[in-house]
Amino acid sequence: MSLLQVKNLGVQFATHDGVVTAVNGVNFELDPGQTLGIVGESGSGKSQSVLAMMGLLAKNGSTTGEALFQGRNLLAMDAHELNRIRGDRLSMIFQDPMTSLNPYLTVERQMTEVLELHKNMSRGQAKKRALDLLEAVRIPDAARRITMYPHEFSGGMRQRVMIAMALLCEPEVLIADEPTTALDVTVQAQILTLLKELQRDFGTAIIMITHDLGVVAGLCNKVMVMYGGRVMEYAAADRIFYQPSHPYTIGLLGALPRLDHDGSELVSIPGNPPNMAHMPAGCPFAERCTHRKDRCQSELPLLHPASHDGQVLRACHMPSQELIALNEAEIHHV
Amino acid sequence: MSEQAILSVRNIKVHFQVDGHGPQWPWTPKKVLKAVDGVSFDLYPGETLGIVGESGCGKSTLSRGILNLIPATEGEIVWMGKDLRKGSESDWHKVRSDIQMIFQDPLASLNPRMTIAQIIAEPLKTHRPGMSAAEVKDRVRKMMRRVGLTEQQINRYPHEFSGGQCQRIGIARALILEPKLVICDEPVSALDVSIQAQIINLLKELQREMNLALIFIAHDLAVVKHISDRILVMYLGREMELAQKKALYDKPSHPYTRALLSAIPIPDPELERNKVIQILTGDLPSPIDPPSGCVFRTRCPLAEPRCAQESIALHRVDDDTQSSCLLV
Repeated sequence: MSLLQVKNLGVQFATHDGVVTAVNGVNFELDPGQTLGIVGESGSGKSQSVLAMMGLLAKNGSTTGEALFQGRNLLAMDAHELNRIRGDRLSMIFQDPMTSLNPYLTVERQMTEVLELHKNMSRGQAKKRALDLLEAVRIPDAARRITMYPHEFSGGMRQRVMIAMALLCEPEVLIADEPTTALDVTVQAQILTLLKELQRDFGTAIIMITHDLGVVAGLCNKVMVMYGGRVMEYAAADRIFYQPSHPYTIGLLGALPRLDHDGSELVSIPGNPPNMAHMPAGCPFAERCTHRKDRCQSELPLLHPASHDGQVLRACHMPSQELIALNEAEIHHV
Repeated sequence: MSEQAILSVRNIKVHFQVDGHGPQWPWTPKKVLKAVDGVSFDLYPGETLGIVGESGCGKSTLSRGILNLIPATEGEIVWMGKDLRKGSESDWHKVRSDIQMIFQDPLASLNPRMTIAQIIAEPLKTHRPGMSAAEVKDRVRKMMRRVGLTEQQINRYPHEFSGGQCQRIGIARALILEPKLVICDEPVSALDVSIQAQIINLLKELQREMNLALIFIAHDLAVVKHISDRILVMYLGREMELAQKKALYDKPSHPYTRALLSAIPIPDPELERNKVIQILTGDLPSPIDPPSGCVFRTRCPLAEPRCAQESIALHRVDDDTQSSCLLV
């Protein structure tokens, strides 16, 4: 059985404009030691899907579907039950480390609290464990720095503290919501290398949420591409990068400024992301898609195995072979 | 390039007086934060200079120093043969219609109480006070079409637009005076990837049409690659390397440039898994108390003892590259 099994997850928000569906029909499975990348632009629902699993939705949010963690549905749990799992078996790191650490508490107190609560450790034992973890994430001079407050750390250091905190109880699943977006590239490289090593040493399964396809490439086994609250394509990382079979994935890859290509012209995706309050009846990407047909605007394509490869799931009316052939012809042409 | 440079910056320094640690008495000496510490470059008509560096390297302060939004402490800013730092406020007024700026946060840089028409027309009101209302409106409409906005949107307010559209409004406002130079301070950092590409392509098109010179500031070497002719790499307020685009990416000479390049994740699983990343250890030193000698030496993988004693300014390595590393 998989460690985490998400079935038909949906997230809705009650707003003044009526009910807005932020996430619709998300399915995935996560095995121990695996890394899943969830990629999408702002408003694609990537963050809301994991916040729903952690029970961290805003007050006006509600969920449908199931998220089974070791066979138990996270979405049906009350706060008391969730609190026993969150931070212990399932932990999360956020985009902005400054706003997710408590500015009034020293790093030591924030870290020992977790262990006292979940592992019934004494303060002394907990401090020792916290120090070990800070050293594991390579905070120099950890014994001195553990007594400091979050504002005394730099952005990259704070993110390391967050990671150390998330790993205190050796969780089965670590959810990382854009952990490097607020950081400089050199610090991003440090943090990504650190995550890879920690996964190797602790065997943690990681869900990596990002808008940067480059971050996903080196880290993830499987990649899920989201747009307008729906899954567009879900496949092994190599498939997504070497043989993308959805127009949105192809567009994202083309729009990415990259170092390894010499072509100086970027292929942009025309138009703007959809308004979640007024979603089109058909495919959410139809309005910006260059391969759009009449059918796309009226009928929603469902996620189904691709005809060229059953392991690839895609939501598009256009046959995958046709699209792949077109895309490859275009790449050779350029 | 044999043409005359339109902008020559010589040894510009921007320093700030800041409070040190501990109690602050009136007689406590102030510390000096050297945000930009001796930067020089030339910019030619129609050219794009990319400025790259990590946060805190002084790239934004440098751009504001050029426009006197933050006055420079020292150095020369020569615009079309005239030293602006010796000029009066009225000289600046004239220059600012030739040099315009585009900012990072597209929504925060637009006044929420003004309509799009008012925002885009504002520079015309300041710099072309004699222009008739009909002509102002005509020019605003033309500019809106040019940057990809529709005329129906003319009376809307900034909050009704998405980030990418707000950035288009910012571009329209910057270009309405037909400037010679536009300084873009991280114009795409806050945008989604698909929108980023739209804005970069738009800037390139407009540059070709209007023969604009651009200073394009970014923290990401991959973005800069798609728009720049030459690239300046900064670290802790100093210049590390100034090179032609091709030379910089093909054979980066400064160890910091190499580290920056290797840190960028490549969207190719095979390459990325097998890539050897040159990890920079440690954090950026404080600009209040920078390291002696070469400022990069504390994190440099090649540092030698002499790097702590001496430092050199940018010097020519070959035809395309200037570097400030002692070892190359």
